[in-house]
Amino acid sequence: MALDNKNNEFKVIGSTPNRPDGLDKVTGRARFGADISVPGMLHGAVVRSPHAHAKIVKIDASKALAMKGVKAVITRADFPEGLEGEDWNLQENAMAGEKALYDGHAVAAVAATSPLAARDAAKLIEVEYEVLLHVTDVDEAMKDGAPAIREGAADYSVPEGLHPNVVRFFDTGMGDLDKGFAEADLVVERSYTTEAAHQGYIEPHACLGQMGADGRGELWCCTQGHWFIRRMSTAVLGVETTNIRVTPSEIGGGFGGKTTITIEPLSLALSRKAGGAPVKMVMNRGEVLRATGPTSSASMDIKMGMTKDGKITAAHGTFRMQGGAFPGAPVDVTTMLAFANYTIENVHHIGYDVITNRPKQAAYRAPGAPMAAFAVESTVDEMCRTLGLDPIETRLKNASRDGTRSTFGPKFGPVGLVESLEAARDHANYKMPLGPNQGRGVASGYWMNWGGETSASVAMSEDGTVTVSVGTPDIGGSRASMALMAAEAFGIAYENVRVNISDTGALGVNEPTHGSRATYASGLATIKAAEECITKMCKRAADKWGIDADAVIWEDGSAKPSGPNAGEFDPLSIGEICAEMGETGGPISGHYEGSPTGFSGSFGTHVVDVEIDPETGHTTVLRYLVVQDAGKAIHPAYVEGQFQGGAAQGIGWALNEEYIYGEDGRLQNPVFLDYRIPVASDLPMIDTVIVEVPNPGHPYGVRGVGETGITPPLPALANAIADATGLRMRGLPMTPPKILAALKAQKNG
Amino acid sequence: MSKVHVTTTVNGDQAEFLCEPRETLLDCLRDKLHLTGSKEGCGTGDCGACSVTVDDRLVCSCLMLGVEAEGKEIKTIEGMADGENLRPLQAKFIEHAALQCGVCTPGILVASEALLKKNPDPTEEELRYWLAGNLCRCTGYDKIIRAVMDAAAEMRETS
Ligand code: FES
Ligand code: FES
Repeated sequence: MALDNKNNEFKVIGSTPNRPDGLDKVTGRARFGADISVPGMLHGAVVRSPHAHAKIVKIDASKALAMKGVKAVITRADFPEGLEGEDWNLQENAMAGEKALYDGHAVAAVAATSPLAARDAAKLIEVEYEVLLHVTDVDEAMKDGAPAIREGAADYSVPEGLHPNVVRFFDTGMGDLDKGFAEADLVVERSYTTEAAHQGYIEPHACLGQMGADGRGELWCCTQGHWFIRRMSTAVLGVETTNIRVTPSEIGGGFGGKTTITIEPLSLALSRKAGGAPVKMVMNRGEVLRATGPTSSASMDIKMGMTKDGKITAAHGTFRMQGGAFPGAPVDVTTMLAFANYTIENVHHIGYDVITNRPKQAAYRAPGAPMAAFAVESTVDEMCRTLGLDPIETRLKNASRDGTRSTFGPKFGPVGLVESLEAARDHANYKMPLGPNQGRGVASGYWMNWGGETSASVAMSEDGTVTVSVGTPDIGGSRASMALMAAEAFGIAYENVRVNISDTGALGVNEPTHGSRATYASGLATIKAAEECITKMCKRAADKWGIDADAVIWEDGSAKPSGPNAGEFDPLSIGEICAEMGETGGPISGHYEGSPTGFSGSFGTHVVDVEIDPETGHTTVLRYLVVQDAGKAIHPAYVEGQFQGGAAQGIGWALNEEYIYGEDGRLQNPVFLDYRIPVASDLPMIDTVIVEVPNPGHPYGVRGVGETGITPPLPALANAIADATGLRMRGLPMTPPKILAALKAQKNG
Repeated sequence: MSKVHVTTTVNGDQAEFLCEPRETLLDCLRDKLHLTGSKEGCGTGDCGACSVTVDDRLVCSCLMLGVEAEGKEIKTIEGMADGENLRPLQAKFIEHAALQCGVCTPGILVASEALLKKNPDPTEEELRYWLAGNLCRCTGYDKIIRAVMDAAAEMRETS
């Protein structure tokens, strides 16, 4: 696809108007998942396993059912049998079958007339368990003698002789590793670990489901993708996909974690059993942390070779990742992107997807990329330090760029890694003097971005204003971006565009707001649908003038005669054409349906300065710089917001956040006090530089910026800590006690 | 369980509800008075999404019981704007793109307003520590801090 506007002379793109939903969101009016109520509504509550791994011997709900106000109890017996593959995984995760597979796994649910009654009733449901041996650590789960969580869960890719907890295996590479390592002056081999981190959206999952005995109904919920929720929920319930219409509420953060189902099918099943009364379910924070997917934890071995002048000659990585009790740890992406920053001729990746007694992992911002980045970018930094090389110059020397072959196979098109490195190098932050106990770290990261199934409509109104309907929920200002792109395409004011997030009944299938695709794919769809409207409006003008439609052009929101007819008729404005459309042929609208493939990845480089307190081991982030390629920033303030938010999440993952399991396999920190995400006083301002290397696959050059930003902070902080202290931390999170212990060990030689 | 009749003032208007003694003020505001602007992010006093003021004191409404509202003066996000006129903080949050998903926004606005009432000219550090009880997972706080500082400056000028 050609870049429609090569010279980037945009009228409204690149401006920063107020978001259309801003007023609702600063006045408390915006309705999020838990804010929706309907008459006759019941309330649901879930009974969850307190054991990491246990056979469910018996469930006795008689006491609960005898309670006043209790209308229905469901267990796995209320779900259809015979599901396969990921549908079975989703069903088993939504409601345990023969075994509870992790602490927090749902085993029953109840609907009652008030939230308190439902909670009281849930406590009266008696579940008899036979506790089984459990395993929560990825390396332990692969060892001989580890309890097998589910025999037969492995797919064809797993070589014989591996533990049954290894369920998928990846082995990719190219070139000649021996030759590559032989060419190196320095070969370094290191091991790293990262812990599971939760997306940590502030809004817990919430939904309101209604389903009648005929299996038809409605679902309101906070989700990143309501078509995904529709497909998954109906599959789990064994009803036809279109039986349920799903309407998304406003969504209080998702970061990947709200692309899948948890309580949604339970509310529908409870509703059906309760005779079709709507059932509202709202998770509490403990349920969110225990029972919804955090990301994977990882254990990794990296071997890299470098010449004295900084050329990377070979790289090998082994990645072992657990994604909870089901297949799906994003090892495929981890192996694919591990070395993506670099042009390396000889490269090899091995990946293991391992199941453990933890909740089913869910996507988390750039799923799979940050772990590998931590290992690889830490190794590269260590090599630079050993060889006395500048980390940015070394990265520039090996950087992926237009025309180089990626370490995962295809050649790169125009990408902005070099530009991001140069902008980081030239930024004031990179030159700030550092004091005692202070250090600077650099790292780069990549996300390949995504197109995905996309359907959108644009409808003209009688007054010449425009309604855009997209299927990607607005999590961070995307209504504003869509409105800007539509305004640009039509040549009208931003204020004359209204953007709807449509329900599943109003558009064709849309993938979620995930993969950094919303601004790219829904944006492209909006522009294409607008162009269809423009074509139709030109035709109306041509008919009125009695000339050929080809002889009409669209400029600044008006149809104008062109070519031999230029100047012959007065331009017809969008308002004039739309005012008459009822008489000139009826309503005018445009549509786009497709799976756009012109997406292109986004590289970024982060520079962080830290100070380590030698008394406590505490890391203070002094200043932070994010440089990233946006292709084209549609609404720069929300692009910066993505950069800053990604960096903050990465900082949390690097320094603080982790899933802590006890000996008993129970999650030890299922509250925000103990699962501590960064607070305002933990962070400095986060400086940003938006690099713009246009993506030729989008009419306005958009890439998608959501995910890359969480990737570099993990290694950048480890590299800064190494610079400040000489300590190389190879396990996340780098908490004060760990740093203090390492400082002590360093002192004692 | 028998319910308690509570009479209180919410955003300047008299309000009454019946609640069980164990129900939180947050649940009463949301479920009984249908003021859903205050959010529950944790229910344990750690996230600040439920921030309201009670007799001008900033509290986590998830940590207070509904029955404790008897005779008190409660203010929530719904009462912040003056009719159709936004408070400077609200306008600055929109202008600075200080919200992404927006679910933390009501709590952060209520908490910031409470700070500026006590301290119209906070330093960045004072503001960051004041807001340390209000979690935002989307923004990294940068634009939130800028919006509050800017609103504070504007409020100082016009007062
Ligand atoms: S809900 Fe009250 S502090 Fe989180
Ligand atoms: S804007 Fe989403 S949590 Fe703050």
